[in-house]
Amino acid sequence: MAVFPWHSRNRNYKAEFATCRLETVPLEFGDYHPLKPITVTESKTKKVSRKGSTSSTSSSSGSVVDPLSSVLDGTDPLSVFAANADPVAIAAVKNLFMGSEKGRAGPAAFAVSEKVRTRLEELDDFEEGSQKELLNLTQQDYVNRIEELNQSLKDAWASDQKVKALKIVIQCSKLLSDTSVIHFYPSKFVLITDILDTFGNLVYERILSMCVGDHSVLPGNFSPENVNDTARETCLNWFFKIASIRELIPRFYVEASILKCNKFLSKMGISECLPRLTCMIRGIGDPLVSVYARAYLCRVGMEVAPHLKESLNKNFFDFLLTFKQIHGDTVQNHLAVQGVELSSYLPLYSPAMDWIFQCISYRAPENLLTEMMERCKKLGNNALLLNSVMSAFRAEFIATRSLDFIGMIKECSEAGFPKHLLFRSLGLNLALADPPEGDRLQILNEAWRVITKLKNPQDYIDCAEVWAEYTCRHFTKREVNTVLADIIKHMTPDRAFEDSYPQLQSIIKKVIAHFHDFAVLFSVEKFLPFLDMFQKESVRVEVCKCIMELFIKHQHEPTKDPVILNALLHVCKTMHDSVNALTLEDEKRTLACLINGFVKMVSFGRDFEQQLSFYVEARSMFCNLEPVLVQLIHSVSRLAMETRKVMKGNHSRKTAAFVRACVAYCFITIPSLVGIFTRLNLYLLAGQVALANQCLSQADAFFKAAISLIPEVPKTINVDGKMRPSEPFLLEFLCNFFSTLLIVPDHPEHGVLFLVRELLNVIQDYTWEDTSDDKIRIYTYVLHLLSAMSQETYLYHVDKVDSNDSLYGGDSKFLAENNKLCEMVMTQILEHLRALAKDEALKRQSLLGLSFFNSILAHGDLRNNRLNQLSVNLWHLAQRHGYADTRTMVKTLEYIKKRSEQPDMTHLSELALRLPLQTRT
Amino acid sequence: MEMLSGVVVVSGKDPVQHQGLFLTVEGAVNLQLSAKSVGVFEAFYNSVKPIQIINSTIEMVKPGKFPGGRTEVPFEFPLLVKGNKVLFETYHGVFVNIQYTLRCDMKRSLLAKDLTKTSEFIVHSAPQKGKLTPSPVDFTITPETLQNVKERALLPKFLVRGHLTSTNCAVTQPLTGELVVESSEAAVRSIELQLVRVETCGCAEGYARDATEIQNIQIADGDVCRGLSVPIYMVFPRLFTCPTLETTNFKVEFEVNVVVLLQGDHLITENFPLKLCRV
Repeated sequence: MAVFPWHSRNRNYKAEFATCRLETVPLEFGDYHPLKPITVTESKTKKVSRKGSTSSTSSSSGSVVDPLSSVLDGTDPLSVFAANADPVAIAAVKNLFMGSEKGRAGPAAFAVSEKVRTRLEELDDFEEGSQKELLNLTQQDYVNRIEELNQSLKDAWASDQKVKALKIVIQCSKLLSDTSVIHFYPSKFVLITDILDTFGNLVYERILSMCVGDHSVLPGNFSPENVNDTARETCLNWFFKIASIRELIPRFYVEASILKCNKFLSKMGISECLPRLTCMIRGIGDPLVSVYARAYLCRVGMEVAPHLKESLNKNFFDFLLTFKQIHGDTVQNHLAVQGVELSSYLPLYSPAMDWIFQCISYRAPENLLTEMMERCKKLGNNALLLNSVMSAFRAEFIATRSLDFIGMIKECSEAGFPKHLLFRSLGLNLALADPPEGDRLQILNEAWRVITKLKNPQDYIDCAEVWAEYTCRHFTKREVNTVLADIIKHMTPDRAFEDSYPQLQSIIKKVIAHFHDFAVLFSVEKFLPFLDMFQKESVRVEVCKCIMELFIKHQHEPTKDPVILNALLHVCKTMHDSVNALTLEDEKRTLACLINGFVKMVSFGRDFEQQLSFYVEARSMFCNLEPVLVQLIHSVSRLAMETRKVMKGNHSRKTAAFVRACVAYCFITIPSLVGIFTRLNLYLLAGQVALANQCLSQADAFFKAAISLIPEVPKTINVDGKMRPSEPFLLEFLCNFFSTLLIVPDHPEHGVLFLVRELLNVIQDYTWEDTSDDKIRIYTYVLHLLSAMSQETYLYHVDKVDSNDSLYGGDSKFLAENNKLCEMVMTQILEHLRALAKDEALKRQSLLGLSFFNSILAHGDLRNNRLNQLSVNLWHLAQRHGYADTRTMVKTLEYIKKRSEQPDMTHLSELALRLPLQTRT
Repeated sequence: MEMLSGVVVVSGKDPVQHQGLFLTVEGAVNLQLSAKSVGVFEAFYNSVKPIQIINSTIEMVKPGKFPGGRTEVPFEFPLLVKGNKVLFETYHGVFVNIQYTLRCDMKRSLLAKDLTKTSEFIVHSAPQKGKLTPSPVDFTITPETLQNVKERALLPKFLVRGHLTSTNCAVTQPLTGELVVESSEAAVRSIELQLVRVETCGCAEGYARDATEIQNIQIADGDVCRGLSVPIYMVFPRLFTCPTLETTNFKVEFEVNVVVLLQGDHLITENFPLKLCRV
């Protein structure tokens, strides 16, 4: 086959630029531009109130509205949720008490399951033929059992066994009169009232469905007159049945559960029923059982008839009347039998009381709250009441009277309700609402004086956690430091901190949330010693992550503060050191992202050497996280370029050495990376940096390294967890590489274009996919590169680096070498085209032929006859088998004709004549 | 004159030939003697016969043929009492039962069996005229007020006071009142209301009086708060209660017992006769 010579077209890049560029129009300030950054200014933010909703209005300074800000308009769904978070509260009760009970191990737990078993047998009794399980049932089993009962209630109902359903409900509510395992009572209450709710709904729905019979659908607020006789009779029947339940507690609960059904009987039904049920509770002797019964009644009452506030208040006052019972003999004897301390017994009242108090105080006028508080004050030993007042009343109400409350708490006796719980409740209020300005310090002093005396670390930390928020909010680092010091002092003995990681973590979060200035934060002396208490690695890393997240969020200016750097390096090191073989990819990514955020924020200003030594230190610290190393390489490259910028391109001896040090840093860091394309791209980047800084031999080293790495590129690579062919990536990289190679000057001791040659060899030897033409595509690109290299002046240059154009100055030997290479490449392309002359590959042949034609058109000198002939042949080849896209061909031809109108391109018109268009027939 | 009205439904696939459709109303007071009374009044035992209050039959449909499918025959039946008897209210007790039944018979030819269906119907006596006069009762229970105590000195000290809104009650209205445990040395275990019926069967030779419990309602469970009033509230169960009845042959009366159970198995009962009526 004949070898076609290559003749590159001479290009006048400047003129070409001028013809193809768009006209530039200056942009006035304030004009709309799609690429202009969007600035959103928050113009107004309402103060967040406890019950109210948060709303914020945003407007943008430009004409562009940030879509995210519009979402925040109107009510915040979370605060709406908070306003009516009733069911959540109940769930919280459950968790609170289940949780505390679960945590207990050993004999106590055994005692529970022992008791539980007897109660389960009790449950079994009414189920005919039930076998007595003598398993050592745990609390979870008990819970599951009750859940089963709930299900069997539904089943019995569904299969029309109403009597059985009622029996189940009665048996369940009977369990509520049993306080033999007193700590389990609140959980049991929640579980069983759940069943009662189910039952109440079933009865209600059934009667409602009977009404639907004649009036297609009853309106939501139907009146009793619309209820037909059958429904009415059924409803009455239920009430009669329930009225004849022998025992007081089941009778009360079951009747309360179907309170809603009174609607079917009369308008006044509920308002007559509620006071009667309230009175009925007076008959319950055990104060704990009775307070939970009241809580249930309040709950049902609020649900069915929220306007009937009277009986809520009645419940409260009745409760106050029976309050003295708690300290009576019967209860004390009962506690003595069970071996329960008063201080762990009293908190069992809190969920129910909080509930009642909350129902009453919801939207209650100020004077009612004051009255309630006064009445609580009058009773002796009122810590329990105080606690519920603090948990249920509005935070603002409590906060303004903080000093009063502290006084009252102090007066409470030591034996009763635990004081730390009282201070905790007060602290919770103060976290939500601010006390009067003048009282703040006194409140903290008074409260902390008591808190610091708490002996039990668990009690102590529960309090301290809550008060940390108040301290951080209103005081300076001095007070925070004192508080942290105190916490350390309490939690260190016997490694008490090990049991309180969640609380300690929450304290840390509060502290960092309030100190946005990290310089101040780290100058809090006890902050780092506090961090040292997190000795379990997972928690420690979690805390470190929090700190870093907030740092990235709040630190806007780069910093070189040695305190911050030291502390954060320590934090980052902790995160980094937690990485091991088992760490998940996601976790690694998160950690790396956080560390990168930190690395980017460190700046020593003009002290570049210090900066570099920081990067060196960072590299040694974070060597296990690849993304961090990548970031470091980028940072160092950037540092080199900054240096260049400062020196305006003229390096002094000192800066040249420094820049070489930077480049060396990159050179030795890159090989430790795993990702092959990461390495390739970084070699290229670092090579470019070296070139820009006139480190020619270093640049050569980078490029050589890149070239020698190419054979190692695997066939497929892992991208986001999926295996993908690597060729497209390689193609992309090589194109990028070629455009850099254009300006790399030849090494005086190596041959002409030695890098290109080496690269060509590597490409030649690389095993390409049989079904792809990427190799040929690359050859075409090489052809473009070579044509660009044969120009008198290159398209672009690196400042202060002489590229081959000025080195050789259009030397004919160089051009001859260049052309030889071109011929070689063309031979390869043409061979490949010929090899494609098989049926299944004809389409590829056509496409590739056309693309080669285009390349010649763009870069070749078509005045050369042989090249001209070749292009005509390629044109025919592209069309020969009918795979050519007619539109493309037509367009191409039009383009050629248009080009021929240009002054020095007249020879193209002649070519155009020789290019026939294939017509489809 | 009371009317009993309703429909008789005849349904069958095929037409039914019959010899007439009859309705019979029967009402009777059945008296029974409790086992403990039998020994004493053996002579009397035999003499207890059901007292018929009503027994009458009407022919609804003359002999003929009901077509296939469903046929409804409406009726109105006048309740005519026998002689000078009174139409007592339905009552199901232990020793006294007052029951009314309606029987429907379809006579058929010799070859086929007669068809019979019976169902009970409830009689409520007519509301009494005039208002119920309330008769409130206050009570105080202390060890001293108790009768039937063996060793008064062993009793713990206590003081329970209370009152019933009225001992004249309407059966449809609950029994209400209040009770206060003012003081008690022993812990209270439970306070209950026991509704008791007192049935008396008798004649010239003598009578048998039996008290049995209808229901027991707990109004206080555990050691109730001292000095705090606990409501007394009891709904009278339907069917098992009726207005207080006094006839020459039998009596049905009601009483309520307030039962206080103290720690150490001390059972204190205070009895209140009730007069029930319908208003």
